Amino acid sequence: MAKNWPLVRRKKALQQRAWILQGIKQFFIEKGYLEVETPHRIPTPAPESHIDAIPSDTWFLHTSPELCMKRMMAAGYEKIFQTCRCWRERERGSLHLPEFTLLEWYRAGEGYHSLMDECQDLVRYVATAIGLGQKIIFHNGEIDLCEPWERISVKEAFDYHSKTPMIEALKRNLFDEIMVRDIEPRLGKGKPTFIYDYPAERGALARLKQEDPSVAERFELYIGGLELANGFSELVDSEEQRKRFHVENEHRHTFGKRTYSLPDKFLAELDNMPPSAGIALGVDRLVMIFLDAETIDEVVAFTPEEL
Amino acid sequence: MYTASDLRKGLKVIIDDEPYIVTAFDFSKPGKGQALYRTKLRNMITGLTIDRTYREGDTFEPASLEERAMQFLYREGDHYHFMDNETYEQIIISEESLGDAKNFLIENLNVKVLLFRDRAIGVELPNFVNLRVIKTEPWVRGDTSKADFKPATLETGYELRVPPFIEEGELIIIDTRTGEFSKRVKE
Repeated sequence: MAKNWPLVRRKKALQQRAWILQGIKQFFIEKGYLEVETPHRIPTPAPESHIDAIPSDTWFLHTSPELCMKRMMAAGYEKIFQTCRCWRERERGSLHLPEFTLLEWYRAGEGYHSLMDECQDLVRYVATAIGLGQKIIFHNGEIDLCEPWERISVKEAFDYHSKTPMIEALKRNLFDEIMVRDIEPRLGKGKPTFIYDYPAERGALARLKQEDPSVAERFELYIGGLELANGFSELVDSEEQRKRFHVENEHRHTFGKRTYSLPDKFLAELDNMPPSAGIALGVDRLVMIFLDAETIDEVVAFTPEEL
Repeated sequence: MYTASDLRKGLKVIIDDEPYIVTAFDFSKPGKGQALYRTKLRNMITGLTIDRTYREGDTFEPASLEERAMQFLYREGDHYHFMDNETYEQIIISEESLGDAKNFLIENLNVKVLLFRDRAIGVELPNFVNLRVIKTEPWVRGDTSKADFKPATLETGYELRVPPFIEEGELIIIDTRTGEFSKRVKE
């Protein structure tokens, strides 16, 4: 006879969540993308320093559909998208769930700046589709979705919002702390913000910038201080990718984390992938922004604690 | 040993040789970056709160606090006297260490005294205590003003808001976790 009141109260939020998901799919179908599904359970994840996969028997639950979707790109699928559940071990907070929904899309023949344009179009399209205007309220601030959105480099973001320059922050291993404490809360206020050109070591699967190989062609989108999407120009050189995976595994080893075996089939096919750009967007967080939710718990049917 | 990923509200850890309790906690992780655990911690001796950010792999010594069942005897200035229910040993805890608990201590109340390395640093109260109202405005029958609550002072000197029908001299039940009125005691 126990009534689940938190779940009853979320009914409206979950209805809107469904509309948002439909809006996302509609956007990509109209733009000629193919919706794909790839396995959630994979033999090995892409080794990355700070992303931990949840073991499933002798395999793992994927942390993103990246490896399989890139294999599809290498096989000649040129515009693909997927929304799926992903798992990351021990990630739980007011903006994190260990099981969450990711939207990932790839496009051949494009670089990261045109992907920023498309990301902008997507968010505006979905806002309209669910009946919101181009101005939304999130965490007590008004955000204007009209173009153009702000684009600043990561280095500039440090110059504007932190007393410590980016190079200094990297040297002193304070990059993440400063990002979370001083920079992120100030991004995407008033207008959404893209920050781009991350230090090379912060883009394990991204292409380095030709004019400046100290940075990777990677960007993140922030709306109202919330990190929403991460995209990059894809690295399509298997030799280089293999080296980077080894470096990431070495980092994992130093942190006392398990290392992952290399995704051999992915590496064997990567050289066939055309120059492309790809991006992952946190769907739960997009719902949070449109619904002005305080925590990620408010936009899902069940949190792990409620199971 | 705890690691940063064990951090949660209510966890008691030792920092700079003093016991702290986690009062607020959030996990954050900038894209592809390392996990950061942002906490607010209250020093269980001084009551002061600090903000600290920890990284994955940081470790903490658990603050093991001993709990002893004791009875509150009496107050003398800002010294509060307690007696161990088993050994009859008497100890004194300062008003500062008691924090909000001082608002709910009446003579003969059974509490749990928390000891850190044999030093009393605070008390854990029962969730509900009965306290007498020593001062409040009388309720005017037929008063149609919207006031749902009115101020009242308890025998410990604690001030709170109570429903309008509570009268001076009445015994009421307080929820010590929130410090709020719970219900009246039928005498």
